[in-house]
Amino acid sequence: MSLFSQLAEKPWAAEQAAIDDLHSGGEFTLPAPQVGLRVFLGFASVLFTLFIVVYVERMVFSDWHALPEPWLLWVNTAILVFSSAGLQWAWVSADKNQADGVKKGLYVGGVLAFAFLTGQFLVWQQLVNMGYYASSNPASAFFYLLTALHAVHLLGGLVAWGRTAVKLQNGLSMAQLRGSIELCAVYWHFLLVVWIVLFGLLLFT
Amino acid sequence: MAYVAPAPAEVEEVELYHAHSFITKYVFSQDAKVIAIQYSSVAIAIGVVGLVLSSLMRLQLGFPESFSLIDPAQYYQFITMHGMIMVVYLLTALFLGGFGNYLIPLMVGARDMVFPYVNMMSFWIYLFAVLLLVASFFVPGGPTGAGWTLYPPQAILPGTPGSGGGIILMLVSLVFFIIGFTMGGLNYVVTVLQARTRGMTLMRMPLTIWGIFIATVLALLAFPALFVGGVMLLLDKVLQTSFFMPVILSLGEQLEYGGGSPILFQHLFWFFGHPEVYIVALPAFGVVSDLISVHSRRNIFGYRMMVWALVAIGGISFIVWAHHMYVSGMNPWFGFFFATTTLIIAIPTALKVYNWVLTLWKGNIRFTIPMLFALGFIVTFTNGGITGLFLGNVAIDVPLSDTMFVVAHFHMVMGVAPLMVIFGAIYHWFPLMSGRMMDETLGKIHFWVTFLGAYLIFLPMHYLGFLGVPRRYFEMGETNFIPASAQSLSAFITVVTVIVGVAQIVFFYNLFKSMKSGEIAEKNPWKAASLEWQTPDQPPGHGNFGAELPVVYRWAYAYGVPGAKEDFVPQNLHPDEVGEAGAHEASEE
Amino acid sequence: MFVAVMLVLVTVGTVLFHLLSPWYFTPIASNWSAMDTTIDITFWVTGAVFVAVIFFTAYCAYKYKYDANRRSEYEPENKKLEAWLITLTTLGVIVMLAPGLFAWNEFVTVPKGAAKVEVFAKQWGWAYRFPGADGVLGKSGVKLISDNNPFGIDPKDPKGQDDILINDSEMHLPLNKPVHLLFRSVDVLHNFFVPQFRAKMDIIPGTVTYYWFTPTRTGSFDALCFELCGTGHYNMRGKVVVEEEDAFKAWLAKQPTFAKSMAKAGTAAEKGFAKLDSELAKPGNKNSKRVF
Repeated sequence: MSLFSQLAEKPWAAEQAAIDDLHSGGEFTLPAPQVGLRVFLGFASVLFTLFIVVYVERMVFSDWHALPEPWLLWVNTAILVFSSAGLQWAWVSADKNQADGVKKGLYVGGVLAFAFLTGQFLVWQQLVNMGYYASSNPASAFFYLLTALHAVHLLGGLVAWGRTAVKLQNGLSMAQLRGSIELCAVYWHFLLVVWIVLFGLLLFT
Repeated sequence: MAYVAPAPAEVEEVELYHAHSFITKYVFSQDAKVIAIQYSSVAIAIGVVGLVLSSLMRLQLGFPESFSLIDPAQYYQFITMHGMIMVVYLLTALFLGGFGNYLIPLMVGARDMVFPYVNMMSFWIYLFAVLLLVASFFVPGGPTGAGWTLYPPQAILPGTPGSGGGIILMLVSLVFFIIGFTMGGLNYVVTVLQARTRGMTLMRMPLTIWGIFIATVLALLAFPALFVGGVMLLLDKVLQTSFFMPVILSLGEQLEYGGGSPILFQHLFWFFGHPEVYIVALPAFGVVSDLISVHSRRNIFGYRMMVWALVAIGGISFIVWAHHMYVSGMNPWFGFFFATTTLIIAIPTALKVYNWVLTLWKGNIRFTIPMLFALGFIVTFTNGGITGLFLGNVAIDVPLSDTMFVVAHFHMVMGVAPLMVIFGAIYHWFPLMSGRMMDETLGKIHFWVTFLGAYLIFLPMHYLGFLGVPRRYFEMGETNFIPASAQSLSAFITVVTVIVGVAQIVFFYNLFKSMKSGEIAEKNPWKAASLEWQTPDQPPGHGNFGAELPVVYRWAYAYGVPGAKEDFVPQNLHPDEVGEAGAHEASEE
Repeated sequence: MFVAVMLVLVTVGTVLFHLLSPWYFTPIASNWSAMDTTIDITFWVTGAVFVAVIFFTAYCAYKYKYDANRRSEYEPENKKLEAWLITLTTLGVIVMLAPGLFAWNEFVTVPKGAAKVEVFAKQWGWAYRFPGADGVLGKSGVKLISDNNPFGIDPKDPKGQDDILINDSEMHLPLNKPVHLLFRSVDVLHNFFVPQFRAKMDIIPGTVTYYWFTPTRTGSFDALCFELCGTGHYNMRGKVVVEEEDAFKAWLAKQPTFAKSMAKAGTAAEKGFAKLDSELAKPGNKNSKRVF
């Protein structure tokens, strides 16, 4: 771990100073927004992990009644996979400087993300109609809470996506757009992984 | 993420945000220095509210017969608000949002934070969170009186004051605080990692930056736990879910809840709550290291050990949380593990104390106001740290937990000690921020009254705890084990509290007067070596460093270097200008 | 000079206050002297460190006052010194931690044959339940609590019939007999603490917590609630009277059993748990209260 190995340096020593004077001052080659996104993903991972830990802890109590799994959730999962794929397409196209691919990928990704959110909302309605309220059992309460939290994260992503789409409309160059598109794509993949973990948790409990 | 190999590279100039009007310059500003002052002002303002609340509580405790200012419900509301305000909205916000914003870019040699817009949003969301907190005083039922730990079930049940709108506003406010803080925290971490100037390696950073950096990392890892607990408690309250709520009665009535676990909340709360202590303490450790080094004109002793200790304390702080829960009814076998980890964390902490004192040793000490506060910190922190060894040792915690001993301990260690650092830091960096000096005589009065007073408040309070006087008691009433003299001691503590509270007026008077008409500060008045004092203007202008960013040639502690012209060598002074013998005379060991 | 003197005065004052203060532990009345011993050891170790650190600070403040003609010694680190300090601190930690862990081990290991007594907490008062002749406490549950059955004991459980109910804040205990207190709360968190006994544990609704101790002194002791439990927290007082075994037996014999108290009430919540289970709100049951 290079970050940790630096801790052994003696900043006052002459030999070390000769090396340090050449240091650029940055730790990582990635641009700042990329580092920022990764720090945020670390924060979000801790958040979801804690929810999952609490979920498992709460599950062992005797009043837990597992939820049914509406088939719509499988459809939503597929939609989110394609949404993520769309943004990946945009990212790859941006690297190859193909404006057409960027546009298509970005729009496909965004529209499918909205479709996913609508689908999630329909799942909520189905469950409520079946009598599974947040207050009726911790299993359903957790389901609403975790899906809502995931949806809020995705909505936040859609704000960033919207800004990128506006930039695209305004005709910014690929080089200027590439960073934003990469941020969106990485974030989408992260949320896809989170969703798959959450969905798996629901299926297996 | 690849590590940048040390190679000659110029730091890229970044496009700076420029303000165009009064509003964007002073109100919706994206300049970290302005945001820092906004953060500090709001934090100190709400802190004064917390201080007033504590005086009201002390009057009740000291003179339960003579003052009927507050009733039991208000008493519980005030202790809750006092605790929450001081820990979260004052100390966390001031150290990270205030000092972090002001000092990080200046001390690492950056023009600003890396995400100025996000930084601005961070402040406004924080302000919104504070307003929500204040609003809870004005809703029916008043603010929550659940204790700052907000333990369910009582936090959301009618037997507790403010269990209606009060607790809801409290939890929503915390959620916003966390969102706002996360935005700020991203900035601090990424700025430290990516935006340092050329030559500023991690190990050349001043300890202030290390403290703030590690504390921010801790906060980003710990606040999610509060978020999770807070949101779930909110749902238990609003949607009647049963995350934390078992089958219970409330005031004789069966409730709809069932099956939940109150201890689960406590684990979440303290998984946040213990690192939170270090989120406050680590920046204080960092800042005080710099105060001591600068004012005793000596390099900080054992810099590497100090950094390692910060990292170690940060890491271990995540595996000690259940020492707040020894008598909570959790599995008693956890006690062995958590007592051991808790006492282990004392070792790096003790090492820091030794190194501060060893920095004074063979130094050339100037007893400036910041130095006095640093000494005050050493005394109060050592005292408070020591009582932590009592409470961390599980068998001793049994008789002492939830007594006044606990109150005295945490006030000494994370109330008085960090406040000593905050005051010291304000006196230290005031010339940089305003271009003027603060009045020294007033500063001395302020220091001695505050330091001795705070010590006189909290030292005897430990002994009330030994007697078995509980915390969170509106009044002690009749018992057959507490002597009448304990009430006199309590009254004495109250009198001193009022004196110390009033003495803060001296500080605020000094602050405002010096801002307007203080003596103009000479450039770098303390002759400090770190970068923030090497700006072309004092106070530093927009973009901090004028036309060219500084280049760093050494660590921040080149004080008393043999052969140098002066007794300090600024970090950015070119090696050719240092003195006859050159820049790096220091030998190994 | 002034600063150094003040630092010395603060240190000396602290030590004197500790030695001369009339405010200290209440005389112990249980077997937990190991806790007091651990505290004494911790006082010696930490007190020595406190005095040493602040005296050394005062010495530095006196000796190394600013002099424009002098320079501080440039010494980035001293590994040997720091290694020594770490070693000594570690030793100190071990000396304090070891007796603490031994005491805790004893505290959480309830001896066989300790007499079980239930402490029953509610906002804001105490009640107690002794197991009766069979030595076993009957099943109980919050859902069973009613005016006639304030402890929520299952009327169907034969083991509960002889349980002795003390619906009063005062409890008696026999001298020199280990007791195993079992804690139950019906509403919020509480904590049952008698300072002279040193033992303490939170009471959590929905679960049963415990501690054990042996009273070693007769007398009447105040018990306080030690976990914030709402507006009436500070008024939640109980009393434990420790007396010779004969007196204790005589007192216990005068208290009503569960069966008696139910008969006296003239009615019985015969249904017990069976009925309640069927009434429980089930998920998927449209009759359960809709909030979301």
